[in-house]
Amino acid sequence: MTLNVSQIRSQFPILQRETANGVPLVYLDSTATSQKPLAVIEAMNDFYRRSNANIHRGVHTLAEEATALYEEARKKIAKFVNAPDARQVIFTRNTTESINLVAYTWARANLKEGDLAILTEMEHHSNLVPWHILQAERGIRLEFIPVKDDFTLDLETYRSLLDQGPKLVSFTHMSNVLGTINPVDEMIRLAHDVGAVTVIDGAQSVPHFSVDVQALDVDFLAFSAHKMCGPTGIGALYGKTSLLEKMPPFLGGGDMIKEVKLRSFRANTIPAKFEAGTPAIAEAVGFGAAADYLLSVGMDAIAIHEHQITEYALDRLEEIPGVKLFGPTADKKGGVAAFSLDGVHPHDVAQILDRDGVAVRAGHHCAQPLHEKFGLPATSRASFYLYNTKGEVDKLVDGIYKVKKYFA
Amino acid sequence: MDDLYREIIIEHYKNPSYRGHLDPHDIQFADNNPLCGDHIEITLQVSEDGKVSDARFDGHGCAISQASADLLIESIIGKPLDEVKALKKDHILELLGIDLGPVRLKCALLSLKVLKAGVYGLGEASDELVE
Ligand SMILES: Cc1ncc(COP(=O)(O)O)c(C=O)c1O
Repeated sequence: MTLNVSQIRSQFPILQRETANGVPLVYLDSTATSQKPLAVIEAMNDFYRRSNANIHRGVHTLAEEATALYEEARKKIAKFVNAPDARQVIFTRNTTESINLVAYTWARANLKEGDLAILTEMEHHSNLVPWHILQAERGIRLEFIPVKDDFTLDLETYRSLLDQGPKLVSFTHMSNVLGTINPVDEMIRLAHDVGAVTVIDGAQSVPHFSVDVQALDVDFLAFSAHKMCGPTGIGALYGKTSLLEKMPPFLGGGDMIKEVKLRSFRANTIPAKFEAGTPAIAEAVGFGAAADYLLSVGMDAIAIHEHQITEYALDRLEEIPGVKLFGPTADKKGGVAAFSLDGVHPHDVAQILDRDGVAVRAGHHCAQPLHEKFGLPATSRASFYLYNTKGEVDKLVDGIYKVKKYFA
Repeated sequence: MDDLYREIIIEHYKNPSYRGHLDPHDIQFADNNPLCGDHIEITLQVSEDGKVSDARFDGHGCAISQASADLLIESIIGKPLDEVKALKKDHILELLGIDLGPVRLKCALLSLKVLKAGVYGLGEASDELVE
């Protein structure tokens, strides 16, 4: 199962362009957001050209078509993560909003002062700050599974934290900095053994390898369309029906109600209960098209390809004197290579690489506590997806040698 | 190789003349650029006639932020505080001698924002100080 990468590349219009200096784009920033294939762009374009109308409230042809397309998209996303029922997929704006939805509804209804929530030290800010806010508001207790020196989670400490009877365990499937893929199966099982509810931040896993919510038995899974070849402005929260049905609504307004009186309302059933107001309809259509696209390429083939590129990239980066990699060995991680270069700030690395068309990210990648733990203000990060090649890794490496010469 | 990294910037980044911390000092202030984690602290000594008699910066960050801090400190030693208060972003751009995109501009201006917040005795280094 090898990918036909040149064919895949031809399906992404943006990969045909040059950057400011007339050099080809080498896009190594898919962890921040992925590029979009023609299939997604056209699906959204077609929606606006042919079917645009508001959903749910109309009986005319376009309203019915738009509603059907929107609900069709929900089914595609449900299939993509193997949710038993499409009603368990709630459309949100992104991973961040999905996690906040759990924090504002489930957690506010179920957590009280002193209750323990377990997170990890490798979380993106979107799986930290909602819980900080709840901690300030409710006095819940937060504990963190440490990241060990080999950049994996300290499961011994996790087990001892579980003995304290947490109500919630929320963690990332794959770190957007280290690339570490966490043993979610085992972690969820252990959490369920003590009766905790589990939330998985799937922002970096769902786009890159097959994630099956039933096999994982996870309670909530959050992910974003824009990191999986889909548009910005839409994401999803998967939840178990029994939990979703008991949760209070999130935002109030149109669509999320069954009935409104002047002084009261009755909430709609799921998923509408959590989707107040006109949603991102064209984006949902694009999200569905992205899921179809990835399935047609094959998630296992994508994962294998990324693994090969990552292995190659880590080998080549390691050869460069002064480069230090942050993350576990290739067998324990996804397509991310975060690194530092002695004596040169990541911003300067990224800026000089950009001169050769190589797009990498520099900063704390929304994981400040993780950087602090390893004593780094910032790192440079190259990340890989189905359309990247070993030739692009070579350009990255050549670019880093150029940076070194500059600052020599 | 290109304008962004003129010799002078690399030179001031690698071998700054005014990196350090003055103790005692009359004015001290520090702040971050939240976008990239660049950090600058500035300490000043002010003479009786209201001039900057000595100054230092400390911190970490990219070549642009650290070089502009060094150049800025060099440019204010001996100047009356009133003149320092009036400095704007043009001053930094002149010192660097390059054009900068909006993201790197923030790096370049961090030291001036920190300096002005310190001189004015403000709690925070805001963008308005240098616009
Ligand atoms: C691990 C992880 N979680 C959450 C997010 C937040 O995603 P979004 O900005 O789409 O809400 C990201 C995005 O960078 C991420 O990498």
